[in-house]
Amino acid sequence: MAGAGGGSNDVQWCFSQVKGAIDDDVAEADIISTVEFNHSGELLATGDKGGRVVIFQQEIEKSQPQCRSEYNVYSTFQSHEPEFDYLKSLEIEEKINKIRWLPQKNAAQFLLSTNDKTIKLWKISERDKRPEGYNLKEEDGRYIDPNTVTALRVPVFRPMDLMVEASPRRVFANAHTYHINSISINSDHETYLSADDLRINLWHQEITDRSFNIVDIKPANMEELTEVITAAEFHPHQCNTFVYSSSKGTIRLCDMRASALCDTHSKLFEEPEDPSNRSFFSEIISSISDVKFSHNGRYMMIRDYLSVKIWDLNMENRPVETYQVHEYLRSKLCSLYENDCIFDKFECCWNGNDSVVMTGSYNNFFRMFDRGQRRDVTLEASREGSKPQQVLKPRKVCADGKRKKDEISVDSLDFNKKILHTAWHPQDNIIAVATTNNLYIFQDKVN
Amino acid sequence: MINTMECAVDAQSLISISLRKIHNSRTQRGGIKLHKNLLVSYVLRNARQVYMNEKYAEIYRMQQYEEVMTVCNEIQELNPLDLAEDCEEQRGDCCGNGGVSEPASLCCAQLPVSQLVAVQSAHMQTPSACSAPLSLQRDEVCKETEPSFYQSCCAEAYPVSNCEFSPVNNLHCNKTTVLDLDTHVVTTVENGYLHQDCCASLQQCCQGAQYSGKKRKVDFEYYISDIEEVPDFTPCKRAKFEDCSYANSEHLDTSNISNLISIFGSGFSGLVSRQADLEQALALNGQFCSKQALSSLGAWTRAIVAF
Repeated sequence: MAGAGGGSNDVQWCFSQVKGAIDDDVAEADIISTVEFNHSGELLATGDKGGRVVIFQQEIEKSQPQCRSEYNVYSTFQSHEPEFDYLKSLEIEEKINKIRWLPQKNAAQFLLSTNDKTIKLWKISERDKRPEGYNLKEEDGRYIDPNTVTALRVPVFRPMDLMVEASPRRVFANAHTYHINSISINSDHETYLSADDLRINLWHQEITDRSFNIVDIKPANMEELTEVITAAEFHPHQCNTFVYSSSKGTIRLCDMRASALCDTHSKLFEEPEDPSNRSFFSEIISSISDVKFSHNGRYMMIRDYLSVKIWDLNMENRPVETYQVHEYLRSKLCSLYENDCIFDKFECCWNGNDSVVMTGSYNNFFRMFDRGQRRDVTLEASREGSKPQQVLKPRKVCADGKRKKDEISVDSLDFNKKILHTAWHPQDNIIAVATTNNLYIFQDKVN
Repeated sequence: MINTMECAVDAQSLISISLRKIHNSRTQRGGIKLHKNLLVSYVLRNARQVYMNEKYAEIYRMQQYEEVMTVCNEIQELNPLDLAEDCEEQRGDCCGNGGVSEPASLCCAQLPVSQLVAVQSAHMQTPSACSAPLSLQRDEVCKETEPSFYQSCCAEAYPVSNCEFSPVNNLHCNKTTVLDLDTHVVTTVENGYLHQDCCASLQQCCQGAQYSGKKRKVDFEYYISDIEEVPDFTPCKRAKFEDCSYANSEHLDTSNISNLISIFGSGFSGLVSRQADLEQALALNGQFCSKQALSSLGAWTRAIVAF
């Protein structure tokens, strides 16, 4: 398989697979809410609004001349159920907000999945052998009368059809008053953080009955609240460092060695607001919806409503790169406010070698920005482009009235078709793009 | 400065949309989303700022007009023949700036010194001190400009110019037409008299220049019907009264406001205190607009941060 080199203009993206119902009538429970590759890229997990986790496994088809790979369903399980908080008379949604894979230590796979209030550690293990030849038990489980046993034998393991089991190993509950928006696993492989609107807690993977609060931005008087935490992530290599983003468009980097409570940041990444762009909705569009460290740990990427920005951790006053995702929406903000689209939280992701970043948009468009070559491309995830190996054609949105052929005008965009969640294989040029209820997998064209 | 030209929505409709969102969030599954409501409150605050700025600008223009008219009346009473010319000159100067309202003090600065005393006292006088038809017009303007307070910030600027309201200088006045986007009332200012060409929901407000006597009665009735609703002292009714120029579709928002008030209690204490102000303002009539504007200042601030 080709490495993850090359920019968006070198790579020709081809349709590989689409998972999910073809039906246009989308059941709310089927709406995909998170997508995540594991560390090897062999497994791809999705979470949905119904609280289910579906894991796909990559199978390399060596029989074909080109080594295409396909992702097939590996395991499905119900991670979270709807709950009711009787004290506050609040229903707790079962929607999976985030999935994060733990680094693999043994044959089993582990992942953390979270809804608004509770984080669960799941063990996904394979069983392809089973013991046979018990003395006191029949194969179907019925017990044998000991008096009828005349000879003894040693049970042996025999192959069986592969069975994938998912079992909840830990439940981390009752630590968050507000809605959990992020979980992030530490590079020490022992701890992880969970963040809600106002607080960040540090957990040990083995200990469920307590967590340490490391960030608390709740004001003494809630009337003075001006910002909330929107995302948080641990540094990929430095186990003492994490960042969290806020609704005001700032990112704070904290060092856990400095103090037990990291309310005071070590670094504050903030870009001055452009006064010429001030509008009723300036605060909304500057709110950061996602923050991701680069794999090398030197940069971090943030996504706000209209743009993707890349910050160098060594420079706090402005981002090193800014990419406009859909600037043509700036004049449509009031309509997007009315239909609530302005509150959509888009995620973003890096490719394996940090040369390209990707994020979603509306009309089932998604965008890739090649950092080195300074080029970008808009692609579409649609059933029309779903013939096997079909190369995706770049799309273009026409902002003004002069629409060229094959361009789509801003007013024709379907704002109900949004790509909020995307993921990039850690090594290869394979991407997973989630539309409302379908998961598209695209790969680069293998010549 | 907020760029208010981004789309054809006014601050008022943004406020009502935002309140609706906050209200709806209470019944959404999963509980109130703190992040979303915080962002909505920012939009509320921004819209309110624009709305208040427009309102203050309007009040300022109105006050200037009142002062100038007061001065002119004073001058006319003193010496109608000689000073009418002076007044025309003043207004001409004002109008010569393309309809931009000059501060009354500037206009009056050109008056002879002997009349400056009268001018200064006129500044302190209430609008009701002026002659009846003029005060009626002024009140009329006040009420009619009240809808204009809620005009789209993206709409044409409210073209108040002193000369247009002058009953004396009817030679060079332009006809100005203003459409209230909420009530769909078209108001024409012609030769110093106000017309309302068409009226959707506020039928009783339609008047022509020649029906000045009837105008007053109709206005009074118009307010009476709203006053009767007010004494309930519920925020719902109060909001409806002060939103007398709002479209009927805004009624939903008042129930939203009352719910919000019931949730947040003291956070909306400013709104409660406005009730007394409003009743006072009714009696003063002409001062209703400015009082309302000023009394709302603190309430909204507290309302927005109540989250």
